[in-house]
Amino acid sequence: MTVDTRVLLSGNEAIAQAAVEAGVQVAAGYPGTPSTEILETLARHGEIDVRWSPNEKVALDVALGASLGGVRTLATMKHVGLNVAADTFMTAAYTGVGAGLVLISADDPGMHSSQNEQDNRFYARLAGVPLLEPSDSLEAKEFTKLAFEISEEFDTPVLVRTTTRISHNRGVVTTEARRVRETLGFSRDPSKYVMIPAYARRRRPVLLERLEELTTYVEESPLTADIAGDSTVGVVTSGIAYRYVREVIPGARVLKLGITHPLPMDRIKSFAAEVDRLFVVEELDPFLEDALRAAGIDVEGKAFFPRAGELSPDAVRKGFAAAGVLEAPAPVPEPPATVVRPPLLCPGCPHTAPFLVLKRIGAVVAGDIGCYTLAALEPLAAMDTCVAMGSSIGMAVGLAASGGTEKPVVATIGDSTFLHGGIPGLIEAVYNEADVTVLILDNGTVAMTGGQEHPGTGVTLQGEDTRPVDLVALCRSVGVDDVRVVDPHDLAATYREIEGAIAHKGPSVVITNRPCVVAPTKVKDHPFTVVAEACTACQLCMTAGCPSIVWTDETFEGRRKVAIDTTTCTGCTLCAQLCPPRAIVLDPEWEAPGRG
Amino acid sequence: MAEPVRSLLLAGVGGQGVVLASMIVAETLLRAGYDVKQSEVHGMAQRGGSVFSHIRFGPAVESPLVPEGTAEVLAAFEWAEALRWLQYVRPGGAVVADVRRVVPPGACSDRRAWLSSYPVIDATVLREREVKAHLIDATALAADLGNVRAANSVVLGALAAYLDVGRDYWESTIADLVPRGTAEVNLAAFRSGAEAPAALIDLPAPETGTGFVPARIEVNESWCKVCDICSRVCPEYCLDLDGDTRLVVVAPDACTGCRLCEMLCPDFAITIHHEGQVPALATTGAGP
Repeated sequence: MTVDTRVLLSGNEAIAQAAVEAGVQVAAGYPGTPSTEILETLARHGEIDVRWSPNEKVALDVALGASLGGVRTLATMKHVGLNVAADTFMTAAYTGVGAGLVLISADDPGMHSSQNEQDNRFYARLAGVPLLEPSDSLEAKEFTKLAFEISEEFDTPVLVRTTTRISHNRGVVTTEARRVRETLGFSRDPSKYVMIPAYARRRRPVLLERLEELTTYVEESPLTADIAGDSTVGVVTSGIAYRYVREVIPGARVLKLGITHPLPMDRIKSFAAEVDRLFVVEELDPFLEDALRAAGIDVEGKAFFPRAGELSPDAVRKGFAAAGVLEAPAPVPEPPATVVRPPLLCPGCPHTAPFLVLKRIGAVVAGDIGCYTLAALEPLAAMDTCVAMGSSIGMAVGLAASGGTEKPVVATIGDSTFLHGGIPGLIEAVYNEADVTVLILDNGTVAMTGGQEHPGTGVTLQGEDTRPVDLVALCRSVGVDDVRVVDPHDLAATYREIEGAIAHKGPSVVITNRPCVVAPTKVKDHPFTVVAEACTACQLCMTAGCPSIVWTDETFEGRRKVAIDTTTCTGCTLCAQLCPPRAIVLDPEWEAPGRG
Repeated sequence: MAEPVRSLLLAGVGGQGVVLASMIVAETLLRAGYDVKQSEVHGMAQRGGSVFSHIRFGPAVESPLVPEGTAEVLAAFEWAEALRWLQYVRPGGAVVADVRRVVPPGACSDRRAWLSSYPVIDATVLREREVKAHLIDATALAADLGNVRAANSVVLGALAAYLDVGRDYWESTIADLVPRGTAEVNLAAFRSGAEAPAALIDLPAPETGTGFVPARIEVNESWCKVCDICSRVCPEYCLDLDGDTRLVVVAPDACTGCRLCEMLCPDFAITIHHEGQVPALATTGAGP
């Protein structure tokens, strides 16, 4: 190996590199942390058809279709995205593939940026497909390439499961050249691809036979690796947990499972017989541990290692200490008190004003997944529910149907989330005549994941112009009579339109349309400043939660006056609209860049 | 035992460029011949939240995460973030911290003491932990060089002074990875951080709060026509309407006495009573 071919890649970049090298020709997904950068990286390649789909199910449908069409195909999503795609996934295990089809599920133990921390390894068992778990960037590349081979050899979709610590960890990877196989073309085979009951009944035994063959393969696979060590402690592990085990207890004998479904139970049994104490160390649920127990293997695991949250070297060390295998770690003093720093809506965020209005109105707000979920936190504190992509509208309809509140019921949903999973909810509101108001917070991007394009932006993942979805026409076409559009930087107009829509009997929609301040363009307009002599320190501006506004030393009647950080202020005018004594004015000292 | 695996931690606030800075460190170490793993969290945290990056390097790295109490250097691009991750620094390790403050709005929410919850900048907090405190005003140094965005490179320069990695590896990596057109200023910033010793900087004195002045809201119901103006402006959400028939003081204890309701009421139906001496705040020269 020469130093020149070694590059630092994140796990996501390594998976994209694997797709390039494996000759993938179509890739589809929906943005979701920690999976997003896979397709963003792959899109830069140029020769591969890489696309954002409206949601994960459509992405997997596209991927399955392309696979049946005879080209290697990649589908990517975050863990909860596979819930959306699960319908297709479960039956794709019956149809099998044309050319190789690999699905990446990027799980988020610790919920760094997610609403739950479900362990998607269970999906592989549920569907009956092979499951690969890389433990770093190098393996992310190599396992993904191998997954395409397995997919074709065994005629099955393959699930590659990463976690945040794999996807967003950079490590050293060696790159190789791209090799594209000749396209197989689509072969008509209704008994394999048309899953009517009569045909599906024939495919079910095929699936079970395939699992038997896969088990034999896994028993012999180099991905099942017995790492020599002191046999007083044996550890069965996979994924990132393997790295923590090697870090913390380097002397132990380890059975590293690169493929965790189906399991090489013969190998595991003989390993178990050769060690004095057998542990399973795995992140999240006892997926391996339960399987070992079911096979009659005596094993220790979740009694010592946490089931909730992300593992770490410290958590693994504590677990082995609790088991009496390692000495207890020396106590580390707690860090000193510091300020709480939750994520925030950005200065000038177009989502701020609608939630200020909803807070004042006192509406019951069914929220959704996106940056605007941050409006649940102080000081806006204007959201009552947030469960899953697109859930806001249906939940608002249910809250209204329950009669459990006399307050107006409002759903808030971003543009991309609406196109992902909100449209059926809106149709529900029309069809079953719900008296709810839906706020579509249209900022023209998928903001929370870093500013991706979507079907409403008019631009594809590969940067080409396309026809954007017309949200107003869409809402009207499903039967919403009261559809309003307002600029959320006009506080009075936003108030008026939301109140008007709430007053309307039956479903109504308010679309707040103002681009995100950070993507695709970083907005920097003329900033505002506070005339200290005029500030009465009333704190009304502070109710917006803008990160650019802080207290100063000066007071009025004992209350702290405020100041604006003009370097971060984007000039949205919201605080100036709020300020009763009009103490907030355009910064007279600001010079527009490039106009001097 | 072969050369051990070593650990670094970088910390800052979303939007400060922590991810790029840690990519520069990781790439520098790769070029210097080490195996490297670098791990951070993207997504929600980047919206102004706390961002950190673990870097591990050596002959062969297993865990990408730094075990607590093992980092040689913690490089922080913001003061409060230096404190947040202090448990990762090993005894005798170093904390390189920009004394720049990014105050979150939530720090300015104590309407009783009127005291910011942002921690005081004081190197003794670090020395008590047996770590070297290397405080620098990186933002000011970068501003002197003409681009405050180069402050991270000043911090990297100070970090580099603690590592035995050749200057050439650092400088070639910085030149390759920083945004186009900014290589020169970032290299100058890196050198100023590497060469300037932990400069003596003027630390602001701790401040005191003003104390709470209780206030009472009096509503003259016979004058009130329930127009809803006061309840729509109250910064503390003290007032609400009971249906459309009556104004109610729903949170009397939250009133700070700002008088917005009193001043905006078209019918003079509200009076605010300050119940106690309104204190003056001692000026310290420091913001919150």
